[in-house]
Amino acid sequence: MPDAAFDIAHLLAGSLVLVSFMLIYQGRIHALLNVFALQALLLALAVAWQAHMRGAHHLYASAAIALVFKAMIVPWALHRMVRVLGIHREVETVVGVVPTMLAGMALVALSILLMLQLTRGAGNPLSREDLAFALSVILLGMLMMVTRRNAVSQIVGFMSLENGLILAAAGAQGMPFVVEISVAFSVLIAMIVIGVFLFRIRERFDTVDTGAIEQFRGEKRA
Amino acid sequence: MSPDPVALVLLVPAAAAALLALVPGYRASAWLNVAASGLTFLAAAALFVTDRPAAGDFLHVDDLNIVFIVLNTFVGLTAAVFSASYIGHELAIGRVTTASLRFYHAMYQVMMFGMNLALVSNNIGLMWVAVELATLTTVLMVGLYRTAEALEAAWKYFILGSVGIALALFGTILIYVAAQPVLGEGMPAMVWTGLIAAAPAFDPAIMNVAFVFLLVGYGTKVGLAPFHAWLPDAHAEGPTPISAVLSGLLLNVALYALLRFKMLMAANAAAVAPGPLMITLGLVSLVFAAAMLYRRRDIKRLFAYSSIEHMGIIVFAFGLGGPLANFAGLLHMVMHSLTKSGIFYAVGSIAQIKGTQRIADIRGLTQSHPALGWGLVLAVLSIAGMPPSGVFLSEFLVVTTGFAREPVLALGLVAGLLIAFGALVLRLTGLAFGTPTGRDAPMHGSLAPLWLHVALVYAIGLHMPGPMVEWFRAVAALLG
Repeated sequence: MPDAAFDIAHLLAGSLVLVSFMLIYQGRIHALLNVFALQALLLALAVAWQAHMRGAHHLYASAAIALVFKAMIVPWALHRMVRVLGIHREVETVVGVVPTMLAGMALVALSILLMLQLTRGAGNPLSREDLAFALSVILLGMLMMVTRRNAVSQIVGFMSLENGLILAAAGAQGMPFVVEISVAFSVLIAMIVIGVFLFRIRERFDTVDTGAIEQFRGEKRA
Repeated sequence: MSPDPVALVLLVPAAAAALLALVPGYRASAWLNVAASGLTFLAAAALFVTDRPAAGDFLHVDDLNIVFIVLNTFVGLTAAVFSASYIGHELAIGRVTTASLRFYHAMYQVMMFGMNLALVSNNIGLMWVAVELATLTTVLMVGLYRTAEALEAAWKYFILGSVGIALALFGTILIYVAAQPVLGEGMPAMVWTGLIAAAPAFDPAIMNVAFVFLLVGYGTKVGLAPFHAWLPDAHAEGPTPISAVLSGLLLNVALYALLRFKMLMAANAAAVAPGPLMITLGLVSLVFAAAMLYRRRDIKRLFAYSSIEHMGIIVFAFGLGGPLANFAGLLHMVMHSLTKSGIFYAVGSIAQIKGTQRIADIRGLTQSHPALGWGLVLAVLSIAGMPPSGVFLSEFLVVTTGFAREPVLALGLVAGLLIAFGALVLRLTGLAFGTPTGRDAPMHGSLAPLWLHVALVYAIGLHMPGPMVEWFRAVAALLG
């Protein structure tokens, strides 16, 4: 039985990494948001499984936040925002999908080599592999943030990065503050989303393309 | 037993924030903001004399963070005084509304709460949450004017700051992973005083990687190059009192977090020495920012780049380590905070008088506004490192220790300082002397905070009081 429990945790954490790759090759914003919701759902399952396995009941709260807030409310709000503000439906990339995928694979290899090597002496195997997967998700999220131009896909990149952080925090045995950190990040994300919506970035800039926003740099106009 | 000053340092801003969110009139709230900041400063100053509470799971006070807290609340107070005299005019010219001012004052106190909490926290998790809170509130205030530039600056700050704090969190988690086999599961492995005692037994390999994440994460917030991109925009587009607080305080708070982790690293003999990493980043920031100073056309951006330069010097000094370099770094941090916030108070008044932030449109301030102009001259000469200011004293200490320990690197340091000196003096002659040009609207901002800061910086430069020397020496020894 302990082996099956381990395998399930492993499977859930591993699928988070797979979904991170799926995020990279999405070409349309609505599809991107759906894949993100899937990742958040997987995160909720992974965290809930950790909570169940270790009897760490406070982690259920983190899982619930991931499920309700990140898998439902945020994707819904972003879908709505894309429709209401009439944002471009395509994901505009700075670097093509294929080089990004290759870079992503290199990052995953790097993080697995690094983390497994690093924690060889310490901790139980589950924590170690969770950390390796979590770092992969974090690095893939960062990769997405730098290779995308739309504000919305940058937000998705950031949220996926943050999913990796929650996975790492939940995987570190008995770490306090996991729930508080989930809440803090939820507030942060809510502010990003509300910020884009309320500030009417589209109204100001005509597009939520941060490449266009760059032109407003104070000094270039001088 | 009088009320606990540690609790007051946190409770006063928290209560004031709640109250300010309810007060509609901006005049009342501006002075309420000053009163709350003054009370917080008094509570912070009381930390010097009262008995310190024993370090708990969440809060503690030691010689190191008292310096940061007192500096933080002092500049918080003078910035509130300046803001009270300054912000009314921003309302009059329609840059802000009464509703956004109410928000601004409440946020000001939330920000002070976040920064004070980060400084007194004894818990690396709580410290992270507090730094995030302070970041969020400053993001909101940078975007206060709602112009395209302000929104872009806030967005950039938001995204870069978020990635920074996310990386810092991963570093924090890794520290926990390193500590957990030694200290056991749960809260004890996150309490800083426990961590530092047990640090020699941690797995050095995990700590090395953790420190890289922490350095990049909190280093983004310190404004170290090459992670500094948010800093000039955020300084230039937000309200000027916030620019002063950003440069004078928020950068210090992130630096403080970095120092705490540096102490952990230094306590573990097998872990990589944190010094060389910090020296490299510090030197790169210094030289890069000094070179960038020449091309600035916006007065607030000019001084924002100067903040990156000075953060570089401070991180360089702390990276060198040892009693003398730490002393110099600490002194330079205090002097920079005082001088730079003073400069931003002057810049705020200048921008209101001239109606522009373009350096080319501002001329001859010493003739048209002698009190303001000469205050600016003294403050900028101080930040450029001219004797007899306190900045000269600390830079001199950094340079001499640098030459004694790492002569080659010290050459880079001196080169950076000279490049920055040239740029600042060049711009200053244009701003302060010559025939006054441009608009000449009446001045609203109070000059008292500027002159108070200038007087303090020069007084310390001429004679550093004995108790202060003793205190800094003790802290420098603590930093290792």
